[in-house]
Amino acid sequence: MDPMDAIRQTFFQECEEQLAELESGLLAMQGGARDSETVNAVFRAVHSVKGGAGAFGLDDLVRFAHVFETTLEAVRSDQLVADAHVLKVMLRAADVLADLVRASRDGQVLDESHASASATELASLGGPAAGPAIADDADPLASLMFQPMMVEAAPEPDRWIVRFRPRAEMYAKANDAVMLLRELARLGPTSVSLDASDLPDLATLEPEGAYLAWTVQLQTDQPESSIQEVFEFVDCDCDVDIKPADAVMAEEPAAEVDPNADVMALIRSLQAEVAPEPEPAAIPEPILVAVPIPMAAPIAAAAPPPPQVREEAVAPKPTIRVDLDRVDRLIDLVGELVINGAMLTQRVGEAGISRASAVTVALDELEHLTREIQDSVMAIRAQPVKSVFARMPRLAREVAAMTGKQVRLTSEGEATEVDKTVIEHLADPLTHMIRNAIDHGLESPDVRRAAGKPEEGTVKLQALHRSGRIVIEVSDDGAGINRAKVRESAIAKGLVAPDAVLSDEETDNLIFLPGFSTADKVSDISGRGVGMDVVRRSIQALGGRINIASRPGKGSTFTLSLPLTLAVLDGMVVTVAEQTLIVPLTAIIETLQPRAADIHEMGDAARVIAIRGTYLPLIGVGAALGWADPERSVTGGVALLIEGEDGSRAVLLVDAIQGQRQVVIKSLEANYRRVPGVAAATILGDGRVALILDVDAIVSDARGDAPFAETRAELGLAYA
Amino acid sequence: MLDTIVASAKERELIAFRIAEQEFCVDIMAVREIRGWAPVTPLPHSPSFLRGVLNLRGAVLPIVDLAARLGLPATNPTARHVIIVAQVNGQVIGLLVDAVSDILTIGDGSIQPPPEVASGRVRTFVQGLVAIEGRMVSFISLDRVLPRPEAEAA
Repeated sequence: MDPMDAIRQTFFQECEEQLAELESGLLAMQGGARDSETVNAVFRAVHSVKGGAGAFGLDDLVRFAHVFETTLEAVRSDQLVADAHVLKVMLRAADVLADLVRASRDGQVLDESHASASATELASLGGPAAGPAIADDADPLASLMFQPMMVEAAPEPDRWIVRFRPRAEMYAKANDAVMLLRELARLGPTSVSLDASDLPDLATLEPEGAYLAWTVQLQTDQPESSIQEVFEFVDCDCDVDIKPADAVMAEEPAAEVDPNADVMALIRSLQAEVAPEPEPAAIPEPILVAVPIPMAAPIAAAAPPPPQVREEAVAPKPTIRVDLDRVDRLIDLVGELVINGAMLTQRVGEAGISRASAVTVALDELEHLTREIQDSVMAIRAQPVKSVFARMPRLAREVAAMTGKQVRLTSEGEATEVDKTVIEHLADPLTHMIRNAIDHGLESPDVRRAAGKPEEGTVKLQALHRSGRIVIEVSDDGAGINRAKVRESAIAKGLVAPDAVLSDEETDNLIFLPGFSTADKVSDISGRGVGMDVVRRSIQALGGRINIASRPGKGSTFTLSLPLTLAVLDGMVVTVAEQTLIVPLTAIIETLQPRAADIHEMGDAARVIAIRGTYLPLIGVGAALGWADPERSVTGGVALLIEGEDGSRAVLLVDAIQGQRQVVIKSLEANYRRVPGVAAATILGDGRVALILDVDAIVSDARGDAPFAETRAELGLAYA
Repeated sequence: MLDTIVASAKERELIAFRIAEQEFCVDIMAVREIRGWAPVTPLPHSPSFLRGVLNLRGAVLPIVDLAARLGLPATNPTARHVIIVAQVNGQVIGLLVDAVSDILTIGDGSIQPPPEVASGRVRTFVQGLVAIEGRMVSFISLDRVLPRPEAEAA
């Protein structure tokens, strides 16, 4: 890849993180957080986006971010109170900013009015500089772009002393001091002197440390803000002091009279300025301070603070970016290690070595260690559900705006971790469920008022771990499912018989049936031709289940339960025609011993089995895979009652059940291609490949609909 | 010196193996490794020359009985049979053969086109003939060893 493209990509990745940070910060403020840390985090997020965008010449983005930043600065400096209205405007602005970022990433041009409307809205909140600019210019963006961030009372002096001391972080972010000095030189004639006094002996030199500082005398007709702009993108990572030259001369005549004679004095005074700063990187100072700092600090106290930039107390935990392929490879290899260990144990057992021998004990330890490595490696790929949850507040705002409802979205358990393979598949069903909860679940404000509820409806999103699975709940405090209407609609659509006796729970579950939709009018929010059946199918494709609990007048709760990873699967190990097969446990409802009396022939080839009064198709797995004679006697085998993704039930006949185990999913397509009736493969403890049965393909094949319709949803398995 | 480099640039190395008393060879660059036969897991609804799949350090490889694929009687594999692991079109497959016999170094020009006599099946796979020390070695193109999905569907 073009290196520039790679950098660009990284920028947009980071933007997404910053945007998430921005939104969660704003939401925290909405929730009452007023501490400077939160406000700073929000400010920092917008500032970073602006900085990066500037580097890539994304002018629209920079302009908007700048306006946003100005408003945030007003909040930060207590000139603007972040009340509910301000926060609403800022949340909308955050959405616009996100749109702009995405538009820039995908090379699209966003409707100008979208951004400028939000910018005007922001500006109208009033900030230090934003207010008056609007009145005399039609285009708020253009006028705000070059508003100086500081109001200068005195006329601009034309000679400046700029003291510039980069910190190690600045270099770590690939900024170059030379570039900045060159940039300064473009403003006018400069005279640069280097202060290398902090440079330690080579032996003690920290190769990634920062030791150099520069003093620049600059003659320019540009305002101070232009000088500040030079350092705009590095101002968190270096110490910059810009002063009119005459002010410096007044304080420090020696420096100006003969700079070479007393460079050390200048440097010491610089050090004195550097030292008292308590948290250099934690609190960025986007507005350069032009206030003179007293020069009283004694030199001894100002001893060069050597790389004091390391390990900030408030700094976030260090992280690294790793290509997902590498992690996947590692997971693969560790899976191999586990299998190999199992094989070794088996061989040692076969060799007749006693279980108490040192070899066996060491092997046990090895196995223990390997399992631990496997868990740790899987944990690398685990991510908090926050990355998905974070997208939902915006969705809720949009749907609320479209439906004219008032919604409060709360989320819990955002830190709950789940494998990346699952995270990727969560967004769509969750989006749909939230839309559904707001559009169909919550009532309109006046209906709510009439029912004695607060006008603002609440949708709660919750994630938790429960018995080795992740459970996600979406609950609303709306009207609950209108069972009479659901039933009526299902009958009208011929999904249930008019005289069917259904429990409340069964009625609620009708909404998952394909072709069911209760909305009288098709709204463009949830009525996009996708119903809850699609949600259920995609959840089941992940090996998950979805349930609904509803109380009339109180609201509904949808509960998703998903495996923690799609790289492994809980399976039942069965024997069919002397081959070992894995049947996904999520498909199995129960196992039973078929009695000959319950099995009936139907037509020439089909057989059905009676289970508690219901006749279900009986499918011999061996015959379905072409491994066994279909006429084989069924007694002596074991029957598995299974439920397909579409909710239909059938009974699979296998020869024997070996047990249950977690298996690592391996792709067949990687080196071959899809095989009808097989979802994927796995490797057993003895090193042999076992096939994972595609239950739905087997069932639909037996039904005769499109024999092994090519490329079924294949259980939606991601491959380890 | 220069001559040697030019000559070696035109040479290619081939791995020769035996199937039912006939000799075949493939380009060595396609071969990843050679390993002994191990029992495979059969796949349902698969062509007869596909013996099944095998675990190779975590990857699931399809194993092709090359004899059956070439229209010769199917192999009855034993522990002495050999699997040539080869990379073809980005996929890794295993080829079941009787034994690996040789590594041949030949000039590019010494592969002759196959004569017209060969049957259709063999012509599909045999790209040329190599004559070496009085032996005839058929050079096999691996591209078509695995059936293409659309061809299979027909």
